[in-house]
Amino acid sequence: MAAMILSAPLLSARGLTKHYDGIKAVETVDFDLTAGQVHALIGPNGAGKTTFVSLLSGRITPSAGTIQFDGADITRLPAHSRVARGIAYTFQITSIYANLPVFDNVALAIQRQGSTNLRAKTMAALARVGLDGRADQNAGTLAYGHQRLLEIAMGLSMAPKLLILDEPTQGLANAEIDAFNTLIREVTPQTTVLLIEHNMDVVMDLADQITVLSFGETLATGTPAEIRSNPAVQAAYLGG
Amino acid sequence: MTRALALHLAVLAALFAAQFLLPSYHHTNIARIMVLAVFAMGYNIAFGYTGLLSLGHALFFAAGMYATGLGIELWGLSAAPALVLGLLAGAAIAAATGVLALRTGGVSFMIVTLMFAQAGYLTILYFGAYTRGDEGIVITRAARSIGSLDLSSDTPRYFAALALFSVGLLLNLALTRSNLGRAMIAMRENEERSRMLGYNPFKIKLTALLISGLYAGAAGAAYAVLFGYVGASFATIQYSILPLLYVLLGGAGTTLGPFLGALLMFYLIDISSGYTTAHLFVVGAALLILVLFAPKGILGWVRDRGAKWLP
Repeated sequence: MAAMILSAPLLSARGLTKHYDGIKAVETVDFDLTAGQVHALIGPNGAGKTTFVSLLSGRITPSAGTIQFDGADITRLPAHSRVARGIAYTFQITSIYANLPVFDNVALAIQRQGSTNLRAKTMAALARVGLDGRADQNAGTLAYGHQRLLEIAMGLSMAPKLLILDEPTQGLANAEIDAFNTLIREVTPQTTVLLIEHNMDVVMDLADQITVLSFGETLATGTPAEIRSNPAVQAAYLGG
Repeated sequence: MTRALALHLAVLAALFAAQFLLPSYHHTNIARIMVLAVFAMGYNIAFGYTGLLSLGHALFFAAGMYATGLGIELWGLSAAPALVLGLLAGAAIAAATGVLALRTGGVSFMIVTLMFAQAGYLTILYFGAYTRGDEGIVITRAARSIGSLDLSSDTPRYFAALALFSVGLLLNLALTRSNLGRAMIAMRENEERSRMLGYNPFKIKLTALLISGLYAGAAGAAYAVLFGYVGASFATIQYSILPLLYVLLGGAGTTLGPFLGALLMFYLIDISSGYTTAHLFVVGAALLILVLFAPKGILGWVRDRGAKWLP
């Protein structure tokens, strides 16, 4: 924890809470994200992971608590303004423009950052995930794994300071997961990554820090080694 | 030059040539259709490209028409500044409506826009002292010229309509190729995704509605000057539905769909009403066939069958 205090966190949440009609989806979570790291968020289904990152990205508004990002309070900012400040979010359920060409999907992300050399930049971003050969194809006709990669390409194309990935490797084949891991290692430390992930191999492979959520509350935060040996985590999540 | 641009220029060239080939009756019809097509193009920018299903576009058309008509009648403007006034009025009313109506979406948006348009229609009737209500205003021939060009006579009127249509069509084509056009389509396809790419949905939709109102206002203003009549009937629900039907028939989200739809619908009514008083039945049957066999409209159907480049 000492290391996190030394460098100012890129993002910090204090007392972040979201209640739905008495259901405590997220309950007074304090959370710090160190710039340049890959931070994984794990926990059983229904632990509040997606709700938590939705609060960070602004898709939903918190019941209580504050969020600081890059030195400013963003608690009240709408989602699109947070994106403009450098928070990119990729959806758990693939949310691409199925009826538009692959090219347009990524171009939409890139043109927000400025419209010079749109074609070249878009093709480069597609090449990074190996989809440059499919630029003219409608995104909805891509294989599932390719749609996930397109989703990630859209996130990366926004050149974010913080990239939030919600279960990016879900449904990917092993070879595709390896390619994903390589990609994430390439973009860090320029980009800070917050990763929700069920695949423990990916988490242990990539994460510098891990936070475990359970029933909407933080159970533990630490390095992969610390988390693996934490008895509370083992009891709640890793199955003892 | 791309295929798409070539096609658009060919359509404009054909319309230019039609001027010399058509008999007088059709000549006037095509001029009217081109003006109505500009209205429908505006509708298409909101509905076809951005996904905003408005039932209140008669308000924007009437705003253009009345701003021009009243500008000429009450303030003694000449045709040129009155046309500009009409165009701006369409955009201003559309923007004002949008600021309020875009707080809603989907069915609520339809109802709110319908409500605004009805309020507009009643306002026109209420101020009958100026607008002459249902009876409307006939614009004198003398007021319908720009410089030495008498827009009440056939040839200049046709060229004025063609000029407006050409500008509208080419700007529409440019819009679909622009970053703004891409963002508008993205809003139609997946609003939540667009928001998470950093687009402000309200801003994009308001911009689309403003451009849409600019087209509707220009069409209303041109209609007043070219055909010399400004009446409350143009502010009724019928004139909100017509552009929707044109767009559905021709192909929503295609640049040439509004013109094709306006052309076909106009002549469908024109020809069928020569045979039967139940011409609306024919229109209804045509729309049913459309919905059953080509729900994306004629050009949408063509686009799905190989012409993917069709903008």
